[in-house]
Amino acid sequence: MTLWSWLSTHDHKRIALLYAISITAFFFIGGAAATLMRIELATPAGDVVSAETYNKLFTMHGVIMVWFFLIPSIPATLGNFLVPLMIGARDLAFPRLNLTSWYLYVAGGLFTLAALLLGGVDTGWTFYTPFSTLYSNTHVIAVVTGVFIAGFSSILTGLNFIVTIHKLRAPGLTWFRLPLFIWAHYATSVILVLATPVLAMTLTLLGIERLFHVGIFDPALGGDPLLFQHLFWFYSHPAVYIMILPAMGIVSEIIACFSRNPVFGYRSMAYAIIAIAGIGFLVWGHHMFVSGQAVYAGMIFSLLSFVVAIPSAIKVFNWTATLYKGTISFEAPMLYALGFVGLFMFGGLSGLFLAALALDVHLTDTYFVVAHFHYIMVGGSVSAYLGGIHFWWPKITGRMYPPKWAQFAAVLLFLGFNFTFFPQYLLGVEGMPRRYHEYAPEFQTLHVLSSAGAVILAIGYLLPLVYLTWSLTRGRKASANPWGATGLEWTVPSPPPVENFGETPIVTQEPYAYPPHAVSGGARRAAST
Amino acid sequence: MKLPFLPEVASTLGERVDALFAAVALVTGAVALAVVALLVIFALKYRRGSRADRRRAPEAVRLRIERRLEVAWIGIPMLLFSAAFAWAAALYFDHAAPPDGALEIAVVAKQWMWKLQHATGQREIDELHVPVGIPVKLVMTSQDAIHSFYIPAFRLKQDVLPGRYTVLWFTATHAGEYHLFCAEYCGTDHSRMIGRVVALDPAQFQRWLAANNAEPTMAARGEALFGALGCGGCHGPGSAVRAPPLEGLYGRPVALADGRTVTADERYLRDAILLPAKEVVAGYAPVMPSFSGQIPEGDLLDLIAYLKRVT
Ligand code: HEC
Ligand SMILES: [Cu+2]
Ligand SMILES: [Cu+2]
Repeated sequence: MTLWSWLSTHDHKRIALLYAISITAFFFIGGAAATLMRIELATPAGDVVSAETYNKLFTMHGVIMVWFFLIPSIPATLGNFLVPLMIGARDLAFPRLNLTSWYLYVAGGLFTLAALLLGGVDTGWTFYTPFSTLYSNTHVIAVVTGVFIAGFSSILTGLNFIVTIHKLRAPGLTWFRLPLFIWAHYATSVILVLATPVLAMTLTLLGIERLFHVGIFDPALGGDPLLFQHLFWFYSHPAVYIMILPAMGIVSEIIACFSRNPVFGYRSMAYAIIAIAGIGFLVWGHHMFVSGQAVYAGMIFSLLSFVVAIPSAIKVFNWTATLYKGTISFEAPMLYALGFVGLFMFGGLSGLFLAALALDVHLTDTYFVVAHFHYIMVGGSVSAYLGGIHFWWPKITGRMYPPKWAQFAAVLLFLGFNFTFFPQYLLGVEGMPRRYHEYAPEFQTLHVLSSAGAVILAIGYLLPLVYLTWSLTRGRKASANPWGATGLEWTVPSPPPVENFGETPIVTQEPYAYPPHAVSGGARRAAST
Repeated sequence: MKLPFLPEVASTLGERVDALFAAVALVTGAVALAVVALLVIFALKYRRGSRADRRRAPEAVRLRIERRLEVAWIGIPMLLFSAAFAWAAALYFDHAAPPDGALEIAVVAKQWMWKLQHATGQREIDELHVPVGIPVKLVMTSQDAIHSFYIPAFRLKQDVLPGRYTVLWFTATHAGEYHLFCAEYCGTDHSRMIGRVVALDPAQFQRWLAANNAEPTMAARGEALFGALGCGGCHGPGSAVRAPPLEGLYGRPVALADGRTVTADERYLRDAILLPAKEVVAGYAPVMPSFSGQIPEGDLLDLIAYLKRVT
């Protein structure tokens, strides 16, 4: 097992681990930027860092967390590891392309990181023009290039998943026997492939204007300042679903397993995923209700934003109903999944305030928006990612982690999260604008609460890093199916052999056939009928 | 009435926004509570080892119930969402166009300050005096990046763009001082691009205007510019060039050479001066030179104020 054997591997499981290590590094770098911001915001005056530095910090936090953590997080790690295993395949359709994706990701990541650390950029992760093309004298081009490169990694991963799910399913594994995790990854991949090129194009146009002064976005050169926002959000709203759909997939798997029930309304859950992915392409203008976009356009985007909330609501209700008459246990993955349902619902409901035109006028560009998307992205996606890591950790590593510590960390993260971000809703309602280095004194109490919560959150994130690393060498050996879960990935040894399956499995069952008579080797069988 | 956590409210729109906010908060709060309650109840009742009744109805019955439940939780949100959408959209739509006869104030944003000018000539920086009870219309533009004019107490915010005018209007309901924030990130001192809005009783406002009336009105400055820039050479009486008369132009429909008809609003006047080739008046040769890059934003607003006054 040389380093080179890892860096040249074509095995989807090893590539998943390469990704896991890299995104973890980026997560803690992005987290460090957030920590500095929360320290600065403990007092109204800008006394810890300068305004320039503060602006660079929130830009760095956003760029890293969005493109180098959240977007690849679940698909490139758990998706990479599990998609072939869940559908009974030996690998992804294009193993070499898979490795290429990782190299592109790392290249983009290192490039961006170098640009951020050596010079920094102060445009915000949204790169709004004409500020980014004319008025910012930071390293816009370098950072945009890094994001541009990483975009190709997204596209290739999406392409790989689409082909794999179409072509490599085991005999008998029809579309409606697929785990929802696979449905979610399929929909996500379609978005990755369709939306990411728009981002690449938009960033290219930005580069052209900044470098060659061709009037695209700058009105002084005959451009349109709102055009950038339209193009950017045409990518970035669907990107929100790139970050949340895979999380929904994970949560469906976990809730079914730990309540020993099939997912309630399996088919509508699958359709809901597709609906979210589709309608998600039509709502970008809800980011622009006060931008000067036409009144009628605003009304249509508002309506569609309410429409896209319906399939999300269905999912929340169906997860809740899955618990009914189940046999529920509260292992760490389940705690994360239940936390996800609550936090995602909260984030989603606050999204309704922002979809409602007259309310958005007051709330947009305030901390309300910051709280809203952190509930979805951190409370939702990151909780689900950690839940998934804890659920499949035995499968991935062949080791068990200390369960009590894991449960403790899950609860701590839930509390720390709410403590950090709930006050930000109130700040937004009170009218505190986002991206403020200094603020009016009346906002201090809530900012202090938020910063205090962030301390708990930080500890919560460090804990799994410690005990999971510990478990790699010291943890109890895991059986093939420690949770008694259904699904093909649990039929192979932990960790799975290189070729995954000795012989191609044949699927004869619906998904989530709990109680699992289906799968052998379950350490703990359901006692119920 | 001030709701908890919302800032004080001091505009006619603000009160209506707060009512909507309260309604949405109540309904979403109730839904959140109900779902959390169900999660907790199910989690406790059906925890492993509990002796809850887990017998299931026969498959056929179960499927029927499942179908009905799903229809219910698609249908009910749909109804609630439609109501929220309609209420919020109506309010937004209602407030989109400023009423006739509103008091006009010009706003020029730049990194990192707000420059405001009253029609009667008073200029202010990072501070805006307005009368209570009278509709006020802000015509805004930016000299550089995008900014956003935000008055939380009025529940109003509008981005301020370079190269075009955006409009924000309100009627203040209570005298007092309110925060003015820049809400769109615009660079280094974005968080210092703040100020205050001072709402005064109409009589007091008149006194404030009188006390600060050291400068000519915007229209008067515009008239001077009109002369200095040579506009009169073509548009004035007895000029050699055939150019349309500008009297009474503002607010009127204009027939264009390409067959369209547009209303002569601020946007049109601005473009007519800076980008004359974009919309050529029907029946005239496109000979007007572009003044793009030659007139600072503040002067342009003066010029437009003058064009709006010439009758
Ligand atoms: C060389 C002569 C010339 C000069 C100088 C000139 N204009 Fe014009 N202007 C025209 C002509 C001809 C038209 C009609 C054709 C068109 O729309 O371009 C016009 C059209 C306009 C219109 C649209 C009128 C309508 O009926 O819709 C406005 C407003 C206007 N000019 C304002 C100005 C202002 C303000 C200035 C000075 C800054 C100015 N013009 C200088 C020739 C001139
Ligand atoms: Cu969006
Ligand atoms: Cu600003």
